[in-house]
Amino acid sequence: MSVSINIKNIVKSYEEVEALKDISLSIKPNELFGFIGPDGAGKTTLFRILTGLILANRGTININQWDVVKNYKQIRKITGYMPGRFSLYMDLTVEENLRFYARLFNTSMEENYDLIKDVYEQIAPFKNRRAGVLSGGMKQKLALSCALIHKPRLLILDEPTTGVDVISRKEFWELLKKMQKREITILVSTPYMNEAALCDRVALMQSGKLLTVDTPQQIVNDFEGHILAVKADQMYPLLNDLLTIKTNGQVYRFGETLHFVTSANPTKMQEKITSFLEEKKYRNISVEKIIPVIEDCFLAFMNKTTTSWTKEKK
Amino acid sequence: MWAFIKKEFYHIFRDYRTMIILFGMPLAQVFLFGFAITNDINNAHIAILDNSKDVVTREITRKLLSSHYFILDRYLKSNKEIKPAFRKGEIKEVVVFEKNFARKIKTEGKAHIQLILDASNPNTANLLNSYTKGIINTYMSQKLKLYGNLPLSIGVQSKMLYNKELKSVYMFVPGIITVILMLVSAMMTSISITREKELGTMEALLVSPVKPSIIIIGKVAPYVVLSFINLIVILLVSRFVFGMPVQGSVALLLGESLLFLFMALSLGILISTISKTQQQAMMLSMFALMLPTILLSGFIFPTENMPVVLQYLSNIMPAKWFIIIIKNIMLKGVGFIYFWKETLIIFLMTLLFVSLSIKKFSIRLK
Repeated sequence: MSVSINIKNIVKSYEEVEALKDISLSIKPNELFGFIGPDGAGKTTLFRILTGLILANRGTININQWDVVKNYKQIRKITGYMPGRFSLYMDLTVEENLRFYARLFNTSMEENYDLIKDVYEQIAPFKNRRAGVLSGGMKQKLALSCALIHKPRLLILDEPTTGVDVISRKEFWELLKKMQKREITILVSTPYMNEAALCDRVALMQSGKLLTVDTPQQIVNDFEGHILAVKADQMYPLLNDLLTIKTNGQVYRFGETLHFVTSANPTKMQEKITSFLEEKKYRNISVEKIIPVIEDCFLAFMNKTTTSWTKEKK
Repeated sequence: MWAFIKKEFYHIFRDYRTMIILFGMPLAQVFLFGFAITNDINNAHIAILDNSKDVVTREITRKLLSSHYFILDRYLKSNKEIKPAFRKGEIKEVVVFEKNFARKIKTEGKAHIQLILDASNPNTANLLNSYTKGIINTYMSQKLKLYGNLPLSIGVQSKMLYNKELKSVYMFVPGIITVILMLVSAMMTSISITREKELGTMEALLVSPVKPSIIIIGKVAPYVVLSFINLIVILLVSRFVFGMPVQGSVALLLGESLLFLFMALSLGILISTISKTQQQAMMLSMFALMLPTILLSGFIFPTENMPVVLQYLSNIMPAKWFIIIIKNIMLKGVGFIYFWKETLIIFLMTLLFVSLSIKKFSIRLK
């Protein structure tokens, strides 16, 4: 019952900015698909084209057999969309909002209560509160209930976890997993790289381009080279010193450590860095080989595209 | 659709600012125009310089003062006192009787009264002038009948039709009805639609399978009801507080108002389709609608006295035609055949605005 999506050569530009540069990908039925990328990557633009809110300059998108431009009416009936901005009525209560959205889609809260039950139960204690005074996490849950109220077969969520606390984010993803079991194809965008692992497949996006499309595991497996997490007592000069070591990879901050990417033998490099830092009189040195996460892969992809771009220019 | 209307009412009733604009403003305007901004003269201070002090001049003085228009501030003794009296600013008019007034009337059939007016407010001065003349003329004509002989002087006879007492409330009420219907309908609808755009809820509405026309009707319907209530409140206030009658058919008046209401609403929708933010919508309705409605519609300033260019411009003001219609119904009490042309003009304008806004209202974001 759930839908598949075919995106072909989508190009969209706003005046001078090219927001999407030739995007092509397909999404399988019942997939939980993530679009991961920083602000300005083009995630929202792509979602708006998918929902028919804006038109692409070139390219086609098919949702099942329907074309997003010609058959937008059919698509709107089966799509639940949660815009990036909180777009419910602040001056209506939780319940009024939900009932209103149900009416929009010609259904009632009771009819599809079964589907939204998991989400709605968490906000039901506040059902007589106005939406404007809810916390960020609650607002997102309400918005999700509203997007689900008409039993959509395709759910498009634009950055649902942005600005939401860690616990609510976790709960939110658990809800999405539950929804997926109801045979709904779910597209979700997020700027948080660590949420990528929760998706079946992800597309890494950067300034209107797809860097890669794959399962999170495969993306990590495909990582070229090795990562060493480096830590010492003085973190600030550490970065500059590490940069003096010749490597074909990158060095960057990652949380409380520095990630040192190398294609050389990791054990040898580990020894090399340790002795180098000891020479420089660092204390509490720790150099560990770690498994890359999506963010490392993202940075590697970014590095690759920028270097190839500079080479092209030359 | 009902869900839409219900939701819109929630929005209105939960936002006290909207409520104030909806109901406070119309009443405030009626009272403001009815009481404060009035062109009527009440208790204007005058001074009298009676150089003759005979029976006739005293009688005329008494006549003047017994009307509620004038209050005697003081008697002046000579011409020299006139200027200082005005300078103090309290006196609006000085009435000067020439010497031997009564005798001159009897012998020559002619005597002179000079009126000196403070024309720093030309409107007031004009009114005082004509009121005074009116009272003197009345007196003269009464006297003529008593004496029954000589043609003493020829009074200017002017009869005021429809507003015999020249009450300005009668002038203003039709104008206020127009302005308020325009304000509430056009401004409020355009603001409430752009608010959805601004808050991002329009995005969610557009993605739903609901037709744009339903979205618009749902947004507009509550304002039709509220504006209509407003209209009735204004009519009641003008009837019972200011004593303004409705000479013609009330049903016809309400019907025409409803038509004008739809015109204003469609204009509001049109504004909302071209403005992106609430502020823009407000500015557009304020400056593009309110000011021309007040200034160019003949509400305050008669269009006949305007430069030709502005007269042409006033023709595209829907308010101008509507004011003509309500004046016809309320003051003259004439029937539909006398203003079917004006009605037709408003009707065509409504059609134009509706079709324009349907064309402009997009199912997509811009």
